[in-house]
Amino acid sequence: MAEYLDRSSDIGKLVAMPDDDMIICRCEEITKGEIRKAIHDGMWTMTEIKRYTRAGMGLCQGQTCSRIIKGMIAKELGVLPLSIDDNTARVPVRPVEVRVYGKGIN
Amino acid sequence: MSNQCADVVIAGGGVMGNATAYYLRKKGCSVIVLEEEMLGNGGSSRNGGGVRQSGRDNRELPLAIYGIGNIWPHLSEELGVDIEYHQAGNIKFAKDERGVEFYKKVVEQNLKKGLELRMLNQAETREICPLVSDEIIASCYCPSDGHANALMTTLAFYKRARELGARFITGEKVLSVKLHKGRAKGVITSRGNVYEGDKIIITAGYESRAILNSVHIDVPMRRKLIEVIIIEMQPKIFPMMITIPDYDGGGYGHQTDHGSFVFGGHIPLENYLRPEEKEVTQLITTASNCNQLVSYFPYFKDAKVIRSWSGWTDLCQDEVPVIGNIDEVPGLLTACGFTGHGFGISPAVAACLSELAVDKEPSVDISGLSYSRFIM
Ligand SMILES: Cc1cc2nc3c(=O)[nH]c(=O)nc-3n(C[C@H](O)[C@H](O)[C@H](O)COP(=O)(O)OP(=O)(O)OC[C@H]3O[C@@H](n4cnc5c(N)ncnc54)[C@H](O)[C@@H]3O)c2cc1C
Repeated sequence: MAEYLDRSSDIGKLVAMPDDDMIICRCEEITKGEIRKAIHDGMWTMTEIKRYTRAGMGLCQGQTCSRIIKGMIAKELGVLPLSIDDNTARVPVRPVEVRVYGKGIN
Repeated sequence: MSNQCADVVIAGGGVMGNATAYYLRKKGCSVIVLEEEMLGNGGSSRNGGGVRQSGRDNRELPLAIYGIGNIWPHLSEELGVDIEYHQAGNIKFAKDERGVEFYKKVVEQNLKKGLELRMLNQAETREICPLVSDEIIASCYCPSDGHANALMTTLAFYKRARELGARFITGEKVLSVKLHKGRAKGVITSRGNVYEGDKIIITAGYESRAILNSVHIDVPMRRKLIEVIIIEMQPKIFPMMITIPDYDGGGYGHQTDHGSFVFGGHIPLENYLRPEEKEVTQLITTASNCNQLVSYFPYFKDAKVIRSWSGWTDLCQDEVPVIGNIDEVPGLLTACGFTGHGFGISPAVAACLSELAVDKEPSVDISGLSYSRFIM
């Protein structure tokens, strides 16, 4: 079971930051500002952020951005990054052609 | 802990629970939603996004028609999130005469219910869905069906309900319903917390069965794992939802706004997975899904699969859900047993649940879906 989280706890207002335009997820081109907004919309887990913004949903499955996003959630919620669960890794780890997966497709 | 009371307490933060919380907030009720894992943990974030009326049982068809007519078209605007709803049609393919005969009957039956479906010949099929295999000789088309982004819809209902003041707590597993003088008055969680409400709504998917068992209500359902694959981004190919008939292995899919293609099929082994297992993708399924997709759309053979996942469906004995008040326990409501096709009707189901929770007549006649149908 997941850790107890009351999603109505006050995490303060979303204030614009000078680097909100910075791209965090390079595969899907999702910015810091978009991720911060998602957290303030109530997305407090890595998976919710992925599903809501597409950050970490691209070809690399979040290999580069996961750590940064985790740090951002921790900062906005005022908790330790270690307390935040990772995204579920999905098969295939690297993209694979349909004809390779299937049987007898040519 | 303080404030553990609300007008309505909901167990399960899938699309049903989240949407019900949203409609209840719009009615001014206070709401607490308790979710064991995270919002949209179950089938709600794992489904194929199909929003269809065609092929639905008479008892749940009115919900699909009501949702498509009254809710889906303006849902993005209402929730303030683009949920990518497109009324782009649903096309079901026939490879042989058997299929043609099968669909002719489907068209006839649906026309009787007031739902417009039509048969398309090979040329007409290829005109609206150009990439389909030469083997397809005809199709059955429902122009008023469509699809939406299930992940966004589920989380958008949550986001909007939360904004409107619904309280969501994750990491709270509901174990049982608490009674007071024969009425449902609350729920008890595995942390030993009690949440009290005048109405208790159980929308925990298959797990609803165990929760309802605590007050001797038993919805006859079992769970089954099914899987989806995602094909990498493609140029715009075709807008509609596609359906492969069950007698030919089954399958459904559509292209998302992002450009990736979502496809879900079935495998013969899915009935034989160990039920206690967590949802994990099975080695054989992606291969089977790839074969199935290519046999209808050779176009995809060189495209890459970038992702696959699995999700539980809650199969009800008679393949339609149980929705509404449970007469045996006043104050208790449920919506479960969606049998793998609950997403498309979710906003309509939630709207009806919210009406029942404030003792109003539901906007749609759901009397055929009540729990009492199992009481002999
Ligand atoms: C692969 C797949 C494809 C599908 N395709 C389609 C489609 O194209 N069209 C369509 O209409 N439908 C489709 N469906 C079905 C659809 O996804 C479901 O019917 C719908 O999402 C059900 O929503 P729900 O909120 O009832 O259940 P769920 O999404 O399962 O939500 C239940 C929630 O309750 C939580 N929970 C469980 N136990 C407890 C507890 N004890 N205490 C607290 N919380 C608990 C779970 O963690 C979960 O978040 C598909 C399903 C799958 C798996």
